[in-house]
Amino acid sequence: MHIGIDVGGTNTDAVLMDGTTVVGAVKRATTSDVLTGIREALKGLAEASPFTPADIDAVMLGTTHFTNAVVSITGLSETAVVRLSLPACSGVPPMADWPVDLADALGRHVYEAHGGYEFDGRAISAVRCEELELIAADIRKKGIGAIAIVSVFSPLKPDDELAARAYFETALPGVHIAMSHEIGRVGLIERENATIINASLLSLAERATDAFRVALSDSGIEAPLYLSQNDGTLMDVEFAKRFPVTTFSSGPTNSMRGAALLSGLKDCIVVDIGGTTADIGILVGGFPRQATTHVDIGGVRTNFRMPDLLPMGIGGGSLVDLESGRVGPKSVGYRLATEALVFGGSTLTATDVAVAAGIADIGDKRRVAHLDAQQVRGALDAIAQRIASAADMMRTSRDPLPVVLVGGGSVLIDGALPGMGEVIRPEHAGVANAVGAAIAQIGAEVDRVLTLEGKDRAAELHIVKSDAIDRAVASGAVKSSVEIVELDEVPIAYLPGDCVRVRVKAVGDLNLGSIAKERATA
Amino acid sequence: MSALGEINLDTVTVIALGATVLGTGGGGDPYVGRLMAEQAIRECGPVTLIDPADVPDDAFIFLCGMMGAPAVIVEKLPSGRESLQAIDALSSALGRKITHIACLEAGGINSMIPIAAAARTGLPLIDADGMGRAFPELQMLLPTLEGISATPMALVDEKGNTLIIDAVDNRSAEMFARNATVQMGAGATMAFYPLQGDQVATALIPRTISMAYAIGEGLLRARSEHRDPVAEVARHLDGAEIFSGKIIDVLRRTTAGFVRGEAVIDGTGAWSGSTMSIDFQNEFLVARRNGEAVVSTPDLICVVDAQTAEPITAETLRYGQRITVIGAPCFDRWRSADGLAIVGPRYFGYEHEYSPFQSNQAKETLDVCL
Repeated sequence: MHIGIDVGGTNTDAVLMDGTTVVGAVKRATTSDVLTGIREALKGLAEASPFTPADIDAVMLGTTHFTNAVVSITGLSETAVVRLSLPACSGVPPMADWPVDLADALGRHVYEAHGGYEFDGRAISAVRCEELELIAADIRKKGIGAIAIVSVFSPLKPDDELAARAYFETALPGVHIAMSHEIGRVGLIERENATIINASLLSLAERATDAFRVALSDSGIEAPLYLSQNDGTLMDVEFAKRFPVTTFSSGPTNSMRGAALLSGLKDCIVVDIGGTTADIGILVGGFPRQATTHVDIGGVRTNFRMPDLLPMGIGGGSLVDLESGRVGPKSVGYRLATEALVFGGSTLTATDVAVAAGIADIGDKRRVAHLDAQQVRGALDAIAQRIASAADMMRTSRDPLPVVLVGGGSVLIDGALPGMGEVIRPEHAGVANAVGAAIAQIGAEVDRVLTLEGKDRAAELHIVKSDAIDRAVASGAVKSSVEIVELDEVPIAYLPGDCVRVRVKAVGDLNLGSIAKERATA
Repeated sequence: MSALGEINLDTVTVIALGATVLGTGGGGDPYVGRLMAEQAIRECGPVTLIDPADVPDDAFIFLCGMMGAPAVIVEKLPSGRESLQAIDALSSALGRKITHIACLEAGGINSMIPIAAAARTGLPLIDADGMGRAFPELQMLLPTLEGISATPMALVDEKGNTLIIDAVDNRSAEMFARNATVQMGAGATMAFYPLQGDQVATALIPRTISMAYAIGEGLLRARSEHRDPVAEVARHLDGAEIFSGKIIDVLRRTTAGFVRGEAVIDGTGAWSGSTMSIDFQNEFLVARRNGEAVVSTPDLICVVDAQTAEPITAETLRYGQRITVIGAPCFDRWRSADGLAIVGPRYFGYEHEYSPFQSNQAKETLDVCL
């Protein structure tokens, strides 16, 4: 058996899973120290569906902890940015387009030095030891705790970043280091931004992952801990400590993947209705469709893979005006449990309307008995209509796709959605997030530029695919389950030699069996 | 002085947005170019934008811009010094100091490089360009039609390597510069098409920087006022919506060093039941509705997000996007026989004759559909 945990801004959910079956599920409040909330959720889970800690093979955890740290600019380390590119790239210095607050918090310690490669692997210039010495001396003097190393075309040739890391590790023992080739793909500014954010989170990531670990140990669980990444795959704790930035946006991905498991559907529209907003996304072959535009994190442009989501201001806590029929976008949010009419409060919310209509049984329904039945119906119809039109915009084919409702606010929809296919609200819809974390797979991505002229394209692609599969297996995937889920081939304009940029992603099931066996022998 | 007056940190962002629309799918993502222009303005101050009518006859002008693979330029950024060096090298070669800079193309990243160059040199920028949009090759400029040579030209990389090219014609200049650019790491900066002030009236398309600004400003304002930003973009282009729908297929392949491809769009709303296909070679070249060409190069085919009007380039076209396609007339001079010879459908290997797009044409068709 294994446990999925979702640490959200408001709630910490936990589910006990036997394979793909949900055995038990609980919802607890998130605490400011995170640790207590997880401990409480695990305690609740043990009470609801007793299990022996030794039977737990793995714990999968999804969290918004690191996203929140960046958005609220708390817990970030001052970070030195070392860009190896001169004489190129000085036209746009590092952090040029960052929000002022965030750049100030990181200290604006920017260093440009020689190094980096051309698209075809020729050196732009050699790394200069004397420059690294000067930079190291300055970092030491200022007491900066983290370094982001970025060199031109490092995703194709990481040698300079590796050399700089080796130097700084020796010169500045104990300093946290992030290298861009391990974090992003071709596109210097976006990759550099993600690397800087990652470096600034490294110290926090060490503390947080230790706290997660402690919360598990306190509950008697010694099974390996995995964290969810933004693309719906898992990473182990050691990886999470080095790449906290990859947890960004894992929440919506998990809820969509959870929706797929709970409904048994691989191609569907997923509507995740929370307290304040609803996120609408699309599952294609069991995976969330990815956004194509650049994704901002705390106002910083990155090129991470994120699910393509359409957010709208409708949730269980949305304010309702029955006279005008208006619902949202204002919401009572996490204060739902005190401010909604059914909970003895004085604010009419979408949840109250659902209770009044008899489609939800939450709180004290007598407190909403006075509401006009026709107006109540009108408000619910308006909610369904708005969600249906938004879902229609996400649809890519004329065929009606089934709609899966998840999240605590999914009670707001009772019947069909106009123009949509079948509407399904699966059991455990309220904890789809934690379920998604629990079933996440393990994957690996390879991004490379190939010169195909005079070569066998199929053979070249095969090498890239094999590399991706090997990396996925190395990360803990069951070899027989590994599939190539994405192969994106983009010709590079203007270049002779038939150059293409290939991105391959391989994903497979996490090898729970071998984890159990390793633990037994250990 | 142009009506826009100067280009500062506030206006450059807006121009970049409009320039992406005028890029008609190509010309490279102006994001990196915008950051370069912003950095240059931050360091050296705003750029004076001169109306083409105010350029003195004895002015001496170079066009500036970059050549290279957009996918490489987003990784290996310029040093910022290349334009200065290219301008100096060409001035020395010609033994004459330049007085003004102008844009090679109004679309894409090359709308921004001359702004950065003008900020760093302190020279005024002329509110005009050589294409009125974006095209893939360096001979596809209005001066070529006027018999003006692109060369002598200077080609410079970030390391400081400088080539002066003197070619027998502008297509040869394209060929030599293209090959040298690959050796320079697939991104190089050019100063070329030396012009006299009295040639500006016929050799450049007037007020295209102001137009990019007007498109960007109109788009942003419509969004903030909750009006239809797509209609606003079409209005500024003097164009019209020719289709709206969801992309159901994108094919890409490389031939002779260019990205060629096709996007297929399934109609929605008023266009439900119809299909559009758009061919591209870096830029969008031909838009066919139900198999019939409705807009062909050199007229403009602009693809924007159906809701936000955010321009979408050929490189970022993806399955499932909901888009609106806007057709707009090109600068009239391109429609002449010699213009079509270098930028018309036949030059790009199409069999069909060019048929000029007029915006009322689309409205009539729409009426028939309804």
